[in-house]
Amino acid sequence: MIITRPREWGRIRRQLADLGATRVFITGCGECATVAHTGGEPEVLAAKERLEEEGLTVTGWSVGDVTCHAGGQRLEARKHACEIESADAVLVLACGAGVQTVADTTTKPVTPGLESVFLGNVVRNGVFEERCQMCGDCVLDRTAGICPVTTCPKGLLNGPCGGMWNGMCEVVADRECTHVLIRRRLAEQGRAIKAEPLPPKDYSKKLKPGRVDIRPKHGGRKAGGAS
Amino acid sequence: MSHFRELLESGSFVVTGEIAPPLGTDISAMAASVWALASVCDAINVTDNQGATLHLSSLAASRVVHEMGVEPIFQQTCRDRNRLALQSDLLAAWTFGLTTLLAVTGDDPRSGDHPEAKGVFDLDSTQLIQMARGFNEGHDMKGRDLKGATDFLIGAAMFPEAEPWDIQQARIEEKMAAGARFFQTQAVFDLDKFQRAADVVHAAGAKVIAGILVLRSPRVIRFINERLAGLMVPDHIAARIERAEDAAEEAVLLAIEQARALRQIADGVHVMPLGLDAAVPRIIREAGIKE
Repeated sequence: MIITRPREWGRIRRQLADLGATRVFITGCGECATVAHTGGEPEVLAAKERLEEEGLTVTGWSVGDVTCHAGGQRLEARKHACEIESADAVLVLACGAGVQTVADTTTKPVTPGLESVFLGNVVRNGVFEERCQMCGDCVLDRTAGICPVTTCPKGLLNGPCGGMWNGMCEVVADRECTHVLIRRRLAEQGRAIKAEPLPPKDYSKKLKPGRVDIRPKHGGRKAGGAS
Repeated sequence: MSHFRELLESGSFVVTGEIAPPLGTDISAMAASVWALASVCDAINVTDNQGATLHLSSLAASRVVHEMGVEPIFQQTCRDRNRLALQSDLLAAWTFGLTTLLAVTGDDPRSGDHPEAKGVFDLDSTQLIQMARGFNEGHDMKGRDLKGATDFLIGAAMFPEAEPWDIQQARIEEKMAAGARFFQTQAVFDLDKFQRAADVVHAAGAKVIAGILVLRSPRVIRFINERLAGLMVPDHIAARIERAEDAAEEAVLLAIEQARALRQIADGVHVMPLGLDAAVPRIIREAGIKE
């Protein structure tokens, strides 16, 4: 789940003003931004109401299934073609991936209404935690299923660092030290808490920009394995 | 071989001090600190953007100390440099005549004066130690031969009082296995806890230099407890300084007592004067460590 936070409203208004936009189409997202309560139907309607209160015209709105899905978003844009066409700009309440997918489907200027913050676990409704940074070089087999790259604020592979005190983190004081948690869980599983240090991370495996193509090389729709 | 290394490896009790490079290019105050400490210190640590706050680089400042005829302990953190920069700076350090390295993680930028900065942490301290050991063996991180190797005495940091101890012990052992030959510790307040750490270090044939803080005022103690990562002054010690008529004098007396006690357990003391540089010679002499 991509976790997003609402962008400061004054900044959104400045973005629209910079575009000279008085007529706005709003797009949300039926997937992550709905779960994050930042770009689902209620939030899109709230933004609509607020823009209208402030004297702007909202030409229409949509919350498609998954805004970052190019095919789905093309359909969504076609459904709302007239409303988008009559707008000066499209305000997108979705993650950065969603904003760019929308931008690919229209010639209108597109502007973000959210900040994309992390790939998050849904701990409970309204509580999200980052557990994976998608580094491309997973170490969870060595770390008892707790990611040090993500959950140690310094991203240290071997720890704890010198700031750990009574099992707590020095950077985020109300957090338990990731490296203490890892070694505790290793011990609970009967595994050694002291082992060969993890080697430096291979950042060449972090695809930047990321692109994966698992389609069979010679066309057709046969099952293709992850490469 | 460096004099400091000779002393440490031959079993002499060593004394190290610490200076901070300036924020700027005027090194006169730093040089004055070096002179104040040099009469009793066998080597002086030169911090690397300590507390994640901007200072002249440890590399340049260590070189200055070296040129003054005093042995620097070149500190390198993993916070500000990726593995390319760390490697080239270590090679630079050796060509500058810096022979002792203290490899540490580094405080998080969020606790410093540039909280917007990206913490690099491409390597951690264990991996930095391994890298330096590789240099000593004549190869870089990729295993390629160096044209001219290094022979660093590699040190690491430890915090003997931090719990849980079993995990701290595992860390100490990992750092020694990676190549650390000596440790410098955070301030020691509890001798029993220091003893258990010293036992682990000595069992592997390495050395441990015990940290002593000169807690010169109640304000400094509050700063340490609130701001410094991984350090906590125990209440009974804080109360002693707070109650004293002359806090600075009491802090020096406390440091003398600590140094005397640690002399029986440690391989040296590392005095962090927190500005009271002039007190360091007195602490060392009155503790009976040096004439």
